[in-house]
Amino acid sequence: MGARHDDHHHAPDGHGRALRLGVGGPVGSGKTALVAALCRTLGPDLSLGVVTNDIYTTEDADFLRRAGVLDPERILAVETGCCPHTAIRDDIAANLDAVETLEDRFGPLDLVIVESGGDNLTATFSRGLADRQIFVLDVSGGDKVPRKGGPGVTTADLLVINKTDLAPMVGADLGVMDRDAAAVRGERPVLFTSIREQPSAGAVASWVSDQVTAWSHTHATPAS
Amino acid sequence: MLSPGLLLLADSRLPAGGHAHSGGAERVIAAGAVHDVPSLERFLRGRLHTAGVPAAALAAAARAAAVDESPGWELLDEEADARTASPAQRAASRTQGRLLLRVARRVWPAEALEELARRTPSPHHPVALGVAAYAAGATAGEAALAAAYHAVSGPATAAVRLLGLDPVAVHALLAALGPDLAAVAERAHPPGPHPPGSRPPGSWAELPACSAPALDLLAEQHARAEVRLFVS
Ligand SMILES: Nc1nc2c(ncn2[C@@H]2O[C@H](COP(=O)(O)OP(=O)(O)OP(=O)(O)O)[C@@H](O)[C@H]2O)c(=O)[nH]1
Ligand SMILES: [Mg+2]
Repeated sequence: MGARHDDHHHAPDGHGRALRLGVGGPVGSGKTALVAALCRTLGPDLSLGVVTNDIYTTEDADFLRRAGVLDPERILAVETGCCPHTAIRDDIAANLDAVETLEDRFGPLDLVIVESGGDNLTATFSRGLADRQIFVLDVSGGDKVPRKGGPGVTTADLLVINKTDLAPMVGADLGVMDRDAAAVRGERPVLFTSIREQPSAGAVASWVSDQVTAWSHTHATPAS
Repeated sequence: MLSPGLLLLADSRLPAGGHAHSGGAERVIAAGAVHDVPSLERFLRGRLHTAGVPAAALAAAARAAAVDESPGWELLDEEADARTASPAQRAASRTQGRLLLRVARRVWPAEALEELARRTPSPHHPVALGVAAYAAGATAGEAALAAAYHAVSGPATAAVRLLGLDPVAVHALLAALGPDLAAVAERAHPPGPHPPGSRPPGSWAELPACSAPALDLLAEQHARAEVRLFVS
């Protein structure tokens, strides 16, 4: 399982390999829905791979495989032993192994998405695993969440605030969320989505697509 | 002096994927057989004196052979397979070995590790540990001690998480296992007259082969469980 017989290693600076995108955020905020949307929207143009980190089952991987948004073989599930956070930040070995297995089997890829298990506001990806990261919040936790900050909210390359369709139901003020997020994030972008109403997540997909293009320009040829 | 490399290899923070493995602890807890510190102690003692013994011996053998130019890793790998009855345990051992090898190659670059990766890209964990110990400047006895400790430290941590046990009580338990750990390591690598770095007397086929059928069954049940937190 996962044995790599040719065992080539990519340059440590990332030359010659796909962009690795981490998708993190609290439980149930819509990470898997976003990954499915990205596969749907970017799949026709990009060669993709997906790694999921489920806490208890292989539910997310199963969901994505059933959704038919990507060849099921291109979706790998990593089990994280009680600590979803550890697997994306402190001990990334199993995730790197899964990413490289996908690259070896299906490469060259343009983009590998790693979805973290649902965690808390402090969850961020190691730079050794993800080149870019998206943090997904939803409005149902209340409009105070961006104000609370935490490394996910403040430092992610893109903050996505999902389930805007629910805002009226939970009394969340999107203007407040936007203002608070901008206050802690400076120039870093924030996008509001309702993947329920817009399953293509077009704005997020075009941000990701821009990242892939930029990455391929700066990391095209293997160094040395 | 004790090798600093040993401390890194035995540290549970070594980023080699160990945190996701419970060594059967999750399943034995689900079955109710381990539910407190005394029952955990019985489990860890049993694990150390069964699965821990061949693991320590394989790690010491791999460390001793790592000085050779062509150590014949395929053969040692077969010896490890032969001592691991459960396919799920074999897979767990190979996964952990592959992840350790990945980390060791970057942390302690060495031709011995490259040779192991060429011969067996997914080596059994004790074999990877033995060669990593060589690259890290640790002795065969230290490799054996690290393997014996690995046989109990992962399950102990998993039990703390799964049962909410007092972590200090569990560490006291690990400390109490100290003499047993030393004995297992010594048996794996008896201090003998052979020159340092050379293979200990006896062929690989004669390495200890004690097994624990209950651990094998737990591993197989775990692999088939619909819901689980740990890989093994
Ligand atoms: N109303 C609404 N529901 C949504 C939206 N996006 C996702 N959901 C629903 O929210 C629930 C959780 O979505 P997931 O995509 O599984 O969330 P997740 O972040 O991957 O969850 P975990 O991986 O378990 O942490 C599902 O029932 C989705 O259908 C949205 O924009 N609006
Ligand atoms: Mg999910």
